[in-house]
Amino acid sequence: MANLVIAEHDNKSLKGATGHVVSAATAIGGAIDLLVVGAHCRAVAEEAAKLAGVTKVLLAEAPALEHATAEDLAALVLALAKNYTHVLAPATTFGKNFMPRVAALLDVAQISDISAVTAPDTFERPIYAGNAIAKVQSKDAIKIITVRGTAFAQAKPGANAAPIEMAAAPEASGNAHFVGAEIAQLARPELTAARIIISGGRGMQSGDNFKILESVADKLGAAVGASRAAVDSGFVPNDYQVGQTGKIVAPDLYIAVGISGAIQHLAGMKDSKVIVAINKDEEAPIFQIADYGLVGDLFQLVPALDAELAKKLVNR
Amino acid sequence: MKVLVAVKRVIDYNVKIRVKADKTGVETANVKMSMNPFDEIAVEEAIRLKEAGKVSDIVAVSMGPTQCQETIRTALAMGADRGIHVLSDQTLEPLAVAKLLKAIIAKEAPSLVILGKQAIDDDCNQTGQMLAALLNWPQGTFASKLQLEAESAKITREVDGGLETIEVKLPAVMTTDLRLNEPRYASLPNIMKAKKKPIEQTTPEALGVDIAPRLTILQVSEPQKRQGGKKLGSVEELVDKLMHEAQVI
Repeated sequence: MANLVIAEHDNKSLKGATGHVVSAATAIGGAIDLLVVGAHCRAVAEEAAKLAGVTKVLLAEAPALEHATAEDLAALVLALAKNYTHVLAPATTFGKNFMPRVAALLDVAQISDISAVTAPDTFERPIYAGNAIAKVQSKDAIKIITVRGTAFAQAKPGANAAPIEMAAAPEASGNAHFVGAEIAQLARPELTAARIIISGGRGMQSGDNFKILESVADKLGAAVGASRAAVDSGFVPNDYQVGQTGKIVAPDLYIAVGISGAIQHLAGMKDSKVIVAINKDEEAPIFQIADYGLVGDLFQLVPALDAELAKKLVNR
Repeated sequence: MKVLVAVKRVIDYNVKIRVKADKTGVETANVKMSMNPFDEIAVEEAIRLKEAGKVSDIVAVSMGPTQCQETIRTALAMGADRGIHVLSDQTLEPLAVAKLLKAIIAKEAPSLVILGKQAIDDDCNQTGQMLAALLNWPQGTFASKLQLEAESAKITREVDGGLETIEVKLPAVMTTDLRLNEPRYASLPNIMKAKKKPIEQTTPEALGVDIAPRLTILQVSEPQKRQGGKKLGSVEELVDKLMHEAQVI
């Protein structure tokens, strides 16, 4: 068996999602080659080479690949895929965008968002927003897989660095091109990498009110998230969204504030280690999965929590 | 300009699904079915393009058992012009759906195909990208904004870090994210009118597409249940529990 893992990065550093995919590839077994595609991104390749389990790093660099389109990424991966039994990428908006193109061009199925490796040809994946788990077997010669990061440990940097080889970059297709991006500058940890997350829902009533969550987040070193209702109401931008169609997170501590607990939201956070719910409606479904619940007005409880944390954490 | 939209019949998003006792799948008998919510957004976007005078013809395509006609009727009642139903009682995986759509597109020649980014049943998020690859067309996935011109489209995409804008040459495939638009409800007169709109029926055999599944579902099971429900009396108690019982802060 031989695995090809497509690295996610921003041309400067490797995204944490990549390390989770390397762990999934380790569970499959065999060699693990890691493909880094971008522009001026040798630093990323060097970082990737140190991840435990990586056999070698393939580096494809070209100015046009700085914001590689799905079309060009798929063409590059397709050219390499024949050498492998498994091709894996994170089930993030990066991986989801180009991997199905690779699968279609190889005429194989894609196994999306795997949460466990049962055997090299058998995987578990959540369906129906995580309300059921399907165990699926693939007989395709090359398995195209996207990986749910929260289900696999993060591969850690090891003592040795794997060799880095250059891979040929294909001609750009020219049918699609990058125009621009508005990437949020975060003052706090990224949602998918955070150890603690505090999220607000419709109960927050306005974007301004998220300040009380940010204050708690800063005391805990936490990321701030939101339910779809809060994003749709315009309180916060789309990259805050946790849920079936937003980000899937599994931090040590998830604090849900003013979130009732629609199944679509639960789908994105129910694998968190400890869940706290703060909601005025004691019948809210979020309490059925919360380890600790506080019933009451969030506009009193959250500032009180903030003050209590300030008091208790002061000596650390 | 012609737009083709793909609409999938799925278990209604408000239904709490039940795994079958024999673990072969999810119970669908006597369960409310609806159009996949992301596909409603696809239909709505096509209709808005038509209302803006940029599109003249909207074709809604659905695949699956006879009841998929209801899903097509919903799209027609919202404002699509006609429907195509690919009749099949077999499980259709995303690759098969993409191949069937490709065969239909060869006849219909739309300039833009709009699909939901994922179906809320299998959560695959594949079909649009696969279709674009098979057609060798560019794609704009997870769209939250579309500016359609005669020869190209500017698509703003929801990505993990924020938003990204790309420009694609037409013909192209676009998949919808939640914030592209808010789908309308069909009015009663439009529901009545939709009954007269044509739905063409075809089959995978007639389209010459092999739909044999590539994946075997060995088992479908319930996820592990969380034990929740402990309510606390004060924030002091909560902080104490988080520090000393759960030890997460």
